[in-house]
Amino acid sequence: MKVTVCIGSSCHIKGSRQVVEGLQNLISEANLADKVELGGTFCMSRCQQGVCVTVDDEFFSVSPETVKDFFDKEIMTRVG
Amino acid sequence: MSEVRKFDTKVQYLKYKVLREVARMAWKDMSFEKVLDIPKIIVPGKIPTMRCCVYKERAIIEEQVKLAMGGNKDNPNVIEVIDIACDECPAAGYEVTASCRGCLAHRCEQACKRGAISFDYNHVAHIDKTKCVECGQCAKACPYSAIVNHKRPCQIACKVKAISINQDNAASIDNEKCIACGACVYMCPFGAIMDKSFILNVVDLLRESEHGKNYRLYAVVAPSVSSQFRYAKLGQVITGLKKLGFHTVVEAALGADMVADMESKELVEKGFLTSSCCPAFVKYIKSAFPEMIPNISHNLSPMAAISKYIKATTENAKVVFIGPCTAKKMEVQLDSVKPYVDAALTFEELQALFDAREIDLTTLEEGVLDNASYFGRIFARSGGLSEAVEEGLKEHNDTDFPLKAEVCNGIEECRAALLKKSKNVLNANFIEGMACVGGCIGGAGCLTHEEKSKSEVDAYGREALEKTISDALSVITTVS
Repeated sequence: MKVTVCIGSSCHIKGSRQVVEGLQNLISEANLADKVELGGTFCMSRCQQGVCVTVDDEFFSVSPETVKDFFDKEIMTRVG
Repeated sequence: MSEVRKFDTKVQYLKYKVLREVARMAWKDMSFEKVLDIPKIIVPGKIPTMRCCVYKERAIIEEQVKLAMGGNKDNPNVIEVIDIACDECPAAGYEVTASCRGCLAHRCEQACKRGAISFDYNHVAHIDKTKCVECGQCAKACPYSAIVNHKRPCQIACKVKAISINQDNAASIDNEKCIACGACVYMCPFGAIMDKSFILNVVDLLRESEHGKNYRLYAVVAPSVSSQFRYAKLGQVITGLKKLGFHTVVEAALGADMVADMESKELVEKGFLTSSCCPAFVKYIKSAFPEMIPNISHNLSPMAAISKYIKATTENAKVVFIGPCTAKKMEVQLDSVKPYVDAALTFEELQALFDAREIDLTTLEEGVLDNASYFGRIFARSGGLSEAVEEGLKEHNDTDFPLKAEVCNGIEECRAALLKKSKNVLNANFIEGMACVGGCIGGAGCLTHEEKSKSEVDAYGREALEKTISDALSVITTVS
């Protein structure tokens, strides 16, 4: 599974660092490092909806506060 | 605001007009015959405003058009002399002027160790050119400042002594010695030396991307941008770049954060380093101090480091670097950098591109640009790189390694430090080499050069969301 977080300027200001660090921690806690590939890209052209995240090309809007929910709902259920 | 006010000099303004017309025609798919009309568009009518006649003015502009379209492919240098524009400035060396009062003291005669000075019946001094060695002692000694040195501005500007005078009395560049810093381009009062432009490649890249449909075109912008485009806000420049057709804008300063991080580790490992950010400084070491090549940091420049990252993380990405630097045009042709950066543009050329597309920055909304830390951003001015390396050592807890940085502001100071190092008398373990005085904010491709540029870079640095190098790199080190 490929999870890509936008690290462009707009999303960066909205907290993409916290989202990346949050996902990184959750992935390692759940021992999913070999199943989930975390990547970054500069700008997904949907700056209004940032922090932009895609899971295998499906788009999600995440914030530092919703990282845990997003991980449980969209990542855990898919790898499970 | 008047157009010419966007630049320091009318020479820059003229070059800008040529670049703008070339870009405008490229965008409109105009035929090659139309390009031949550019000299007449810029110099209309019959009354000359710059040279002896409009025909000479147009002939010179024709040469500038060629350079704006990439210049002579057989000449590897990105800096070229336009022979017919070279005004053959006096280059006679030291001469006695009419200010000589015919005094009694004759200090000039005593100062001259070569016996080159004699006096006529009015006691007025004369210099025997067969004996004079151009040491300048006579000029220093004269209380009336009556002895002047007639040296060409391009030769004065070229601190690496790459410019000589050819048989036709025009300036000539030694490509081996030239570091492509562009100092001569900026200083020549007649605009007779110009940096080749790759603006046509950029127009092609922008058009063929079709606003991201075919590939994503990234603008990597140097932090010195904070001292440029003074008539608009930085956020408006970012929006303008997107309007041109760039997918997004990324700070080269984030590449600088990467460099500061790696350079501080490399320094601890090797014990002595010379920086590798400034391509003109690197070229200078290679041509003038080849024995020092092993000491050059193995890091890519910030531009290349961030561009490499963009291409590694995004499929189908292309990158244009935009900065103050003419030497970057040379760097992007190196085999080690070519795969990452598709073209390099100066701020001057970016202004031409905006105006070719009739994008008025002052009317645009402000976009955002925030990727790097304070330390990455201050690379744009002299001393910033050393501060960032010191911070890198601190963040790695390598505080027992004492950084002794020799901050070289301009290529003359670089030369002095390298000379000392080669004689083993340099009391430093890191040479920060910036070929331009002031650092990148003094670059020849800047629109304007002002005293306040440094404080503008520092202010821009303080605005960065991330305060440390490791925080700025957090998204990059955890994401691969």
